[in-house]
Amino acid sequence: MSDSQLLLAISLVMPLLSALAVVVFSNQENIRDICGPVGGLITFISAIFIASAIMDGKTVSITLWQIAPGIDFSFKVTPLGALFGLVASGLWIVASIYTVGYMRGAKEKNQTRFAFYYAVAIHAAMAISYSGNLMMLFIFYEVLTFSTYPLVAHSQTKEARNAGRLYMGILVATSLLLFLPAIFWVWTVSGTLEFTKGGILPADFPPFLVSVMLAMFAFGIGKAALMPIHRWLPAAMVAPTPVSALLHAVAVVKAGVFSVLTITVYIFGIDFLNITGSAVWLAWLAAFTILASSIIAITKDDLKARLAYSTISQLSYIVLGAALATAAATEGAALHIVMHASAKITLFFCAGAIYVNAHIKKISELDGLGPKLPLIFIAFFLASLSIIGIPPMGGSWSKFLLMAGSVDARMPLMLAVLAISSLLNVYYLLEPCARAFFKPAIKEVHVENHILTIIPPVVTAMISLSLFFTIDWVRPLTTLMVMP
Amino acid sequence: MSINLIVLYWNYIIVIMLMMAGLYIIISNQNFIKKLVGLSIFQSSVFIFYISLGKVSGGTAPILTGIEDTVYSNPLPHVLILTAIVVGVATNALGLALVVRIQEAFKSIEEHKLLALKKEDGLKDIQIEVSKEDRAV
Amino acid sequence: MLILDNIPALLVAIPLLASAVVSLLPSARIAWGFAFITTLICLYMAFELVGIISSTQALSYAFGGWEPPWGIVFVLDSANVYLVLLVAFVSVIATLYAYTMLAREIAVEDLPKAYAVWLLAIASLFGLAMTGDAFNLFVFLEISALSSITLIALGAGQDRRALLAAYNYLIIGAIGATFYVIGVGYLYAATGSLNLIDIIDRLNELGTNQAAITGLAFMLAGIMVKAGVFPVHIWLPAAYSYAPSAVSSLLAAVATKVAIYYFARLLFGIFIDITQLVDFFLLYILMPVSILAIFYGTIAAIYQSDFKRLFALSSIAQIGYITFAFSLNSHSGISAGFIHIINHALIKGALFMAVGIFALGIGSRATMSSMQGVGRQMPITFAGFVLAGLALIGVPLTAGFISKLYLFKAIFETGNGFYVALIALSSVLSVLYLWKILEVMWLKEPVQPLKIDKEPASAYLPVWLMVGVIMIFGVYSGDVISSGIGAANALIGAR
Repeated sequence: MSDSQLLLAISLVMPLLSALAVVVFSNQENIRDICGPVGGLITFISAIFIASAIMDGKTVSITLWQIAPGIDFSFKVTPLGALFGLVASGLWIVASIYTVGYMRGAKEKNQTRFAFYYAVAIHAAMAISYSGNLMMLFIFYEVLTFSTYPLVAHSQTKEARNAGRLYMGILVATSLLLFLPAIFWVWTVSGTLEFTKGGILPADFPPFLVSVMLAMFAFGIGKAALMPIHRWLPAAMVAPTPVSALLHAVAVVKAGVFSVLTITVYIFGIDFLNITGSAVWLAWLAAFTILASSIIAITKDDLKARLAYSTISQLSYIVLGAALATAAATEGAALHIVMHASAKITLFFCAGAIYVNAHIKKISELDGLGPKLPLIFIAFFLASLSIIGIPPMGGSWSKFLLMAGSVDARMPLMLAVLAISSLLNVYYLLEPCARAFFKPAIKEVHVENHILTIIPPVVTAMISLSLFFTIDWVRPLTTLMVMP
Repeated sequence: MSINLIVLYWNYIIVIMLMMAGLYIIISNQNFIKKLVGLSIFQSSVFIFYISLGKVSGGTAPILTGIEDTVYSNPLPHVLILTAIVVGVATNALGLALVVRIQEAFKSIEEHKLLALKKEDGLKDIQIEVSKEDRAV
Repeated sequence: MLILDNIPALLVAIPLLASAVVSLLPSARIAWGFAFITTLICLYMAFELVGIISSTQALSYAFGGWEPPWGIVFVLDSANVYLVLLVAFVSVIATLYAYTMLAREIAVEDLPKAYAVWLLAIASLFGLAMTGDAFNLFVFLEISALSSITLIALGAGQDRRALLAAYNYLIIGAIGATFYVIGVGYLYAATGSLNLIDIIDRLNELGTNQAAITGLAFMLAGIMVKAGVFPVHIWLPAAYSYAPSAVSSLLAAVATKVAIYYFARLLFGIFIDITQLVDFFLLYILMPVSILAIFYGTIAAIYQSDFKRLFALSSIAQIGYITFAFSLNSHSGISAGFIHIINHALIKGALFMAVGIFALGIGSRATMSSMQGVGRQMPITFAGFVLAGLALIGVPLTAGFISKLYLFKAIFETGNGFYVALIALSSVLSVLYLWKILEVMWLKEPVQPLKIDKEPASAYLPVWLMVGVIMIFGVYSGDVISSGIGAANALIGAR
């Protein structure tokens, strides 16, 4: 096994080992709680080495055995996959530290079980990012769905049960009724499911059928939360905030849009979509989702609910980028995976920190809280700027590229959509900060200080800031992705 | 049906009649023992079917006579049916044993009474407790 | 070498003889030990057989040296050797499970005789899987039926409805077997032979023969009863739900599968080239019936609150998947059917075993109301149960996904989108009944304390062995897949 294969194996196996370690050390709290961060660190380091190998032009893959004729149980790193792998593993480190702080602060039960399924879910996310073909992607996509159910239903209350039902119902139904048949359709038509630059569909495939197939993927990949398959996301907010933070801001939803992006780039092919014009409808649907969910976000008083709808909106940025099918748009979409992940995780970390430290869930109750939790709200502010797309935050790059991409795709109306969306973002994201700093406190609030819930959001806010300057560290990957 | 066909295929007609009689008894009769009787009749019809198949025209019993050019009936169906009869006997015996147990457990072997019990969900009230001493593990 | 040469015969003879010995043994423990060692010997022999077949492709064993078509033969080829291995493996696991579970559900003085009938059932299943003679199959069919009936009736200690279930099975099973014999009679009348391979040659000489076709029809009808194909499955739900847990798991896992194998053998191995009616039967009769089985079984399971009955109904749906795969009348369809035979046997065996442990835990039947929170009280068994349940609905990384994959592949080759939609829809529905169970067992608070101190390791170990194999086959599935393809090759030739 070569070095790069060893690294690939480590990045995939490490989360599972971490899960095992959590169970083994379930009675020694401190050792158990170290397993996540340590596992994350090792996985992240492997992911960095893998990404640099990809940037050097090497192929990193492991082929194990055949599942079916033409489909192997294999892992192969694409540039996009390398990017997502970095995101998932890197943010896992911060998220697991935060989880410890949150769970201890909120005195949650069943922490071992939680940490176990968390690690398994990360493993599934890593396997998705490094999957060698569409079937592997589907396999681990499903594993991700099932391994996150115990996390969503963690509190085992009636609401958790109903949220879990909606979550599983939507994700499983869409994947079985649309995603899997679409995969078979591709297999039947192309004879292969390997991710190939330029796509694998035959050139004479009728454009109408391309649109239908694209629709099956777009709606079948429920994790991308394209309307109307979005309802599971706000419902899943009943889960503890570490779940919302890592999974529903990073792992689960990003796996969804990563799948959509991978499929558009490596199964359909950007040029193919461009020539046949079969993704235009998807661009409009994504645009609608962006605006509709932003408007809904404005109406929400519950902080996590607002962030959930913001997530739905931001995910559709990525879907929009994929659907515009130009190099700049696709790069923008891929970069947005990184930018949005770091920004959104910050926002959710802050929401959870506010709950653990001040026991507040609603935005209307945030008045005057700023001076008491200054770091939190500064982090919130910075992350909001990133999502709005203002320099010097990382999010400005992805927004810029998406706008450039809409021009390239000759859909200037999308510029307007993106601009309006930014305005809406300003309103609903800056409101919490404004209330916290500029409004006088309504009532006295006792504020605790769980340090482990405060450091991670600051760290990720700093990451969002630094991504503006260090964009060239990740840009090579996206360039590799769209190069002919 | 012409008289010709009835004369030619009289054995098959008897087989069918017995078969249908047996099936009808199984389906329509309420008493469990009588159902088993119907099953026996049904199975007997099959025995007759086989044996009548084995008869060769002009053939004698399939026992070597030492005379050359004797036409024998086919012995194989006889063998098969002996096996089937044994199976039928075993099935009957098991069925009757079950009927005895059912009578003990439910106090009835009439289908309509048992169906009525089922409707009231009263079928499960008797649970024979396996006491700790009786259990091997 | 004497042993190796005669393995096919020994696979039936050894359990048969052991059965006689076990019935006379005084102590339940010794009886169990004897039975367990017998199943282990059978497993070893089954592995030897697989090894032989992988090199020689086919084996014909003539009893008493009488060559076919005069003598009775056992025929082994890629279609049934893996089935034999499956039966052997499941019987080992089920016997291991029976050590704890059968003993808790049956009075101790009855145990040696129970194990005797158990071994008889296993012997008959081997015979059913291997025989190449049409009438010999009837004999093994009846042995299997009678021993199954006895085993089911043993459940009367826990619930007297087992007696009714056994009686029902007796009547319906006997009718089915007799239909089969009528069919053999017609076939014999037409061809003059009882040997399956010889029949193929004779039928080819005859051309289209009405008697032979009638014979086929009766034979199929009879086999369908044993196999639990809708709508002659009606004995199955009651029989599986009231039998003792060990019996349910053994029967649910392998008894119907062996009959389905023979069903495939009749259709594809023998009659498919003889008459167009087989194609007609597959497309216009078997396929609608299978779809009905799938939806009836799944929907009835969703509304069922008794766990064992629920899984019995689920079995009917799963058998529907297998017959649906066969009705596609293609090489991939047959492969998919055989793959699911193996995977489903393992999955259902594990599920029934786990349910038995749960019922033991609360001291009464496992139902939606009594099982509240039991998943938290019995976590080890529950974890295995969850994995087996996920395999049932076809979650990737379990064996069930491989079955679904190959079924979808076979359906896609026909190009019919309607079938795709149907199977996808039924998969989503099956998630419903499984999720109901998981929610009740895990999300709800326990309502009563357990009647046992801790989960019996000797009972959940067999469950986890099966689950382990299910997970391995979910990832490393090459062997199962090639066995399915080998079966299809053996039946209709390589495509």
